[in-house]
Amino acid sequence: MGELLASLMRGLGTGGVYAMLGVSFVIIYRATGVVNFATPALMILGAFFTGYFGVSIGLPFIVSVILAMIVLAAIGLASERIALRPMVGRPAFSAATVTVGLFIVFLVLAGRLLGSELLVVNDPFGLNTLDVLGARIFTVDIARLIVGLVAIGLVGLFLTRSRTGLAMRATAFDQETSLAQGINVGRMFGLSWGIAAAMAALAGAMLVAGSSGVETTFALVALKALPVIILGGLDSIKGSVVAGIIIGIAESLTRTYQPQFAPWLGANFDVIVPYLIMIIVLMVRPYGLYGTKEVVRV
Amino acid sequence: MLAVENLEVVYEDVILVLKGVSLQVPEGSIVALLGPNGAGKTTVLRAITGLLDVHRGKISKGRVSLDGVDINGKSAPEIVAAGIGQVMEGRRIFREFTVDENLRAGGHTATRAQIAEGLERAYAMFPLLAERRKATAGYLSGGEQQMLAIGRALMSQPKYLLLDEPSLGVAPKIIQQLRDLIVQINESGTSVLLVEQNANMALSIATHGYVLETGRIVMDKPAAQLREDDDVKEFYLGLRGDERGSLRDVKQYRRRKRWLS
Ligand SMILES: Nc1ncnc2c1ncn2[C@@H]1O[C@H](COP(=O)(O)OP(=O)(O)OP(=O)(O)O)[C@@H](O)[C@H]1O
Ligand SMILES: [Mg+2]
Repeated sequence: MGELLASLMRGLGTGGVYAMLGVSFVIIYRATGVVNFATPALMILGAFFTGYFGVSIGLPFIVSVILAMIVLAAIGLASERIALRPMVGRPAFSAATVTVGLFIVFLVLAGRLLGSELLVVNDPFGLNTLDVLGARIFTVDIARLIVGLVAIGLVGLFLTRSRTGLAMRATAFDQETSLAQGINVGRMFGLSWGIAAAMAALAGAMLVAGSSGVETTFALVALKALPVIILGGLDSIKGSVVAGIIIGIAESLTRTYQPQFAPWLGANFDVIVPYLIMIIVLMVRPYGLYGTKEVVRV
Repeated sequence: MLAVENLEVVYEDVILVLKGVSLQVPEGSIVALLGPNGAGKTTVLRAITGLLDVHRGKISKGRVSLDGVDINGKSAPEIVAAGIGQVMEGRRIFREFTVDENLRAGGHTATRAQIAEGLERAYAMFPLLAERRKATAGYLSGGEQQMLAIGRALMSQPKYLLLDEPSLGVAPKIIQQLRDLIVQINESGTSVLLVEQNANMALSIATHGYVLETGRIVMDKPAAQLREDDDVKEFYLGLRGDERGSLRDVKQYRRRKRWLS
């Protein structure tokens, strides 16, 4: 019982982070039709700046996270303006290729910035645990889940309630008609990149929190967001939340129980579970749980 | 006055679609732009409203001006802000949005107070829409969607309203309403450029009319004279000529439209 609960909570924690990464992809995909492969590098840059403001400059964790999100939002806006805007009107594939280029540039940049040190953030969680019904629960997992849900909820409110959010959704639906309403479509593209990059930064900060330090290759963890968006649907924020949590839990339960019940699957089997789920979803329901069917054709 | 002078437009750098088009929409008027399929009517509207880019088209010659000031080269949002609104061909409402959200999107360039005022005005003008403000717009009937598209275009309080074939795919009974509505909009101070294949409806309310064929203006006369013109009667009003031929044209036209929308 205790073991199960502990495992579920680990899964919910990482699931919250995966959901944020998924939403980061979805926001850009919905607005511009581009799958942003630079997300993992944006995530690691976000974690780096959180560490920079927190550890090197000595600001409180919350302040450093917010500053890192602002820096990444600026980087996102600039990337869109400089590298993606010229691709408007070209096939989505060309634009996706540009994001792969950005991934490499930002990953190298993060490596240079970090030097030979490990990336650490000054989070208050560390390895603290709570005892709940006999289970050892990491406070960082509770924080990841709550931060993830709140951040995504705020983005959802922004999109549905605000005037700019309405314009962003209109742009996602029909660019030409949006232009005819006087909506500055290019600005909406930039905004989607800004929000997505800030979201990736928050995910990075929360993922590195509770660890004793990571290297830049840790960025590849963010690729777990691919199974998340495939399962949830490329264009659904709700789908990212549900799928993020499903994948987080599936991974965590596998890590806990597979060595016990199916040792023949080998060590570290949990690492490939998200991708197995992805392959199965692609075979039986390629538009995901909540995605729009047509999206598949893109 | 909204004026187009000697306009040439090319698509993809090679397809010359408008070959020196000039037309004028004086303040307070309703001007009709008639012409068969593929004449370039929609292209004229795209050129005025800055939407050629989206279609890989550009103005290669001539100018578009609003009250004497050049507006070619301005972006679509700038042109909306300058006071030109439009209802695009095929209505193009945001089908996933509610009626209310569609109208609000139309008010993107307006102030908060103007949006509130605009919503009130739109719902007073279209009681049917008021009843269904929280309904998903995609489920409205064709006529209701056309009303919504017009209501949305009025949200930015345009001085000039461009309508691209509003009677298309709308029941004959509704076309009468549409006609009255355009007159009402015009009377409340908005000048109208009305693109139509339904020449009957357009010429019954317009002050002036132009006929565009394969990228050239071939007729430019007061609407009353166009109504009496033999060629117009034959080709656009369907009063004379080969009945079978014109019917076939109409059918073909319907079919093509469905592909587009
Ligand atoms: N994006 C484009 N690229 C190339 N050619 C185009 C493009 N858009 C329109 N055309 C061509 O330009 C010509 C004029 O088209 P336009 O849509 O302006 O005509 P229209 O008078 O509005 O016709 P309809 O009554 O069918 O709406 C047509 O021959 C059309 O095929
Ligand atoms: Mg047309």
